[in-house]
Amino acid sequence: MDKFTTLTGIAAPMPLINIDTDMIIPKQFLKTIKRSGLGVNLFDEMRYDDDGKEIPDFVLNQDAYREAEVLVAGDNFGCGSSREHAPWAIKDFGIRCVIAPSFADIFYNNCFKNGILPIALPQEQVDVLMKDAEKGANARMTIDLETQTVTTSDGESFSFEVDPFKKHCLLEGLDDIGLTMEKAGAIDTFEAHAAQARPWV
Amino acid sequence: MSPKTLYDKIWDAHVAHEAEDGTCLLYIDRHLVHEVTSPQAFEGLRMTNRKVRAPEKTIAVPDHNVPTTAGREDPSNMTEDSAIQVAALDKNAKDFGIHYYPVSDIRQGIVHIVGPEQGWTLPGMTVVCGDSHTATHGAFGALAHGIGTSEVEHVLATQTLIQKKSKNMKVEITGKLRPGVTAKDITLSVIGATGTAGGTGYVIEYCGEAIRDLSMEGRMTVCNMAIEGGARAGLIAPDEKTYEYCMGRPHAPKGAQWEAAMNWWKTLYSDDDAHWDKVITIKGEDIAPVVTWGTSPEDVLPITATVPAADDFEGGKVGAAQRSLDYMGLTPGMPLSEVEIDTVFIGSCTNGRIEDLRAAAAILKGKKKKDGLRAMVVPGSGLVRAQAEEEGLADIFKEAGFEWRLAGCSMCLAMNPDQLQPGERCAATSNRNFEGRQGRGGRTHLMSPAMAAAAAITGKLTDVRDLM
Repeated sequence: MDKFTTLTGIAAPMPLINIDTDMIIPKQFLKTIKRSGLGVNLFDEMRYDDDGKEIPDFVLNQDAYREAEVLVAGDNFGCGSSREHAPWAIKDFGIRCVIAPSFADIFYNNCFKNGILPIALPQEQVDVLMKDAEKGANARMTIDLETQTVTTSDGESFSFEVDPFKKHCLLEGLDDIGLTMEKAGAIDTFEAHAAQARPWV
Repeated sequence: MSPKTLYDKIWDAHVAHEAEDGTCLLYIDRHLVHEVTSPQAFEGLRMTNRKVRAPEKTIAVPDHNVPTTAGREDPSNMTEDSAIQVAALDKNAKDFGIHYYPVSDIRQGIVHIVGPEQGWTLPGMTVVCGDSHTATHGAFGALAHGIGTSEVEHVLATQTLIQKKSKNMKVEITGKLRPGVTAKDITLSVIGATGTAGGTGYVIEYCGEAIRDLSMEGRMTVCNMAIEGGARAGLIAPDEKTYEYCMGRPHAPKGAQWEAAMNWWKTLYSDDDAHWDKVITIKGEDIAPVVTWGTSPEDVLPITATVPAADDFEGGKVGAAQRSLDYMGLTPGMPLSEVEIDTVFIGSCTNGRIEDLRAAAAILKGKKKKDGLRAMVVPGSGLVRAQAEEEGLADIFKEAGFEWRLAGCSMCLAMNPDQLQPGERCAATSNRNFEGRQGRGGRTHLMSPAMAAAAAITGKLTDVRDLM
């Protein structure tokens, strides 16, 4: 997995609540059996018209935000299905960090498996970051995972919470499966015990 | 011992390892797999030379992207992308030695209907699947939730998940339901009350007389949509109805093992003085037949209500409500019962079980769908379909002018050719009314099977109580 340490980049504002995984990557793009190449279809139905032409109003179609690496959004980001195609599409577009007042559980977990940092902050702080994002390409936000801070282009800083284990994995780019396999002994012991206690399982 | 909730008890029985910071390896008893979210996980195993740790606990069935029309056993009758995903699952199931129900098998169907039907899902288990509606299995008092593809690979390789414990939330539905009110109305009303993020960080246990009174099918409908309320999982404590449903199922325990299992299952309830981090109580008699008006499952109103205005809401919801109204093509103040529809979809893991088909058929019996309306029933499994045919329900649907399809997810997520056209409006028994969910530009109103059947007859959103 790609590491995430620090990032300074353009932030795209999406002041909408309940941005769901069907918006992030519509189902017709779940037909792939690969993880790559989904960035072009990120937010497909909001981004392109029926003829496949870009809708100029949509934030990621504006020149200032084509290179965005951060997304600032409303409450309950990533609600809906468990499709990991959502973070795959976000990452493939080039976005490495999403900031919102809250995230849906499965999406939040999926981000960490793909080198994306989701940051939940209080609404008032997200409002400040949203304003900063609206300044466009000249304003760059800085995210530092080690110190757990987001800093606006004006130098205003907010600290955020992140689970220590998830932080460690992201900073080091660690593969979860490899880590768990190191605990195979504990799983063997549990399985032997469970086979006695609940043999019908 | 300190008092525990049902969630606490199942959790404690499945922790294989706990780190100092509270990060746990939770052992998984059943892993359900489908064709859309698993190919990349199996590819990951191959690339790292890993095996499936517990193939005997891993069950695969294609459902999301399969056609629901006749002749689908022949891949040339599938779209190319469906054929590729189904062929990949065929191969992965064979190569890794996991249980498999191909499209040609009568037991094939939506993964969350097949699991309970075949007795794979049992009380006290941990169940995961690369699908958010895994919450369905919580109806058995199993801790069940959706996972992403990376976690699918993690469970395939290690039979565990890295987890931190969620908080406990109790949702109590007291008293009796009024006539015409169903499990779907309960679960939508709860989301309407708590919002789609109201359950974030929690596992919900549904309880109370109205929940106890539900059949297992109804309980599955309630737990199914726990995810729409933001919860990691929904649970209902097992009781006599649960045991009766499980007994004799192909993969349920038998004889002495059944007795041993029952002894444990009977301990699976929340202790009287257990701690709850959040409690919601709704009176059963206050729940009406409901529909959704917007593009979030929290946009729930009784069918007797009118379309709201954006200004009726606060904060970020004002903009979201306006966007929903524009997308849905609705005018504030219009009675919901005057909203005309083009399509009726009865099916999905929320409402594709036999009881759902019975409820819809009871309304449709001897009646016809409105002229020009497109209506389809997609049974949740081949076995549900066969039973409905045996009970004469299929004839009622066909005589009413409904298409009678083969089992699959179909128009719930519209990956297969079953889709809405732009601007088409659908009365749906599924679980999500998101923009574009049932087809680009399609407009979805969620409701119970009986309400969907009523809408098919009148061509409008309809109070089913007027037809009872």
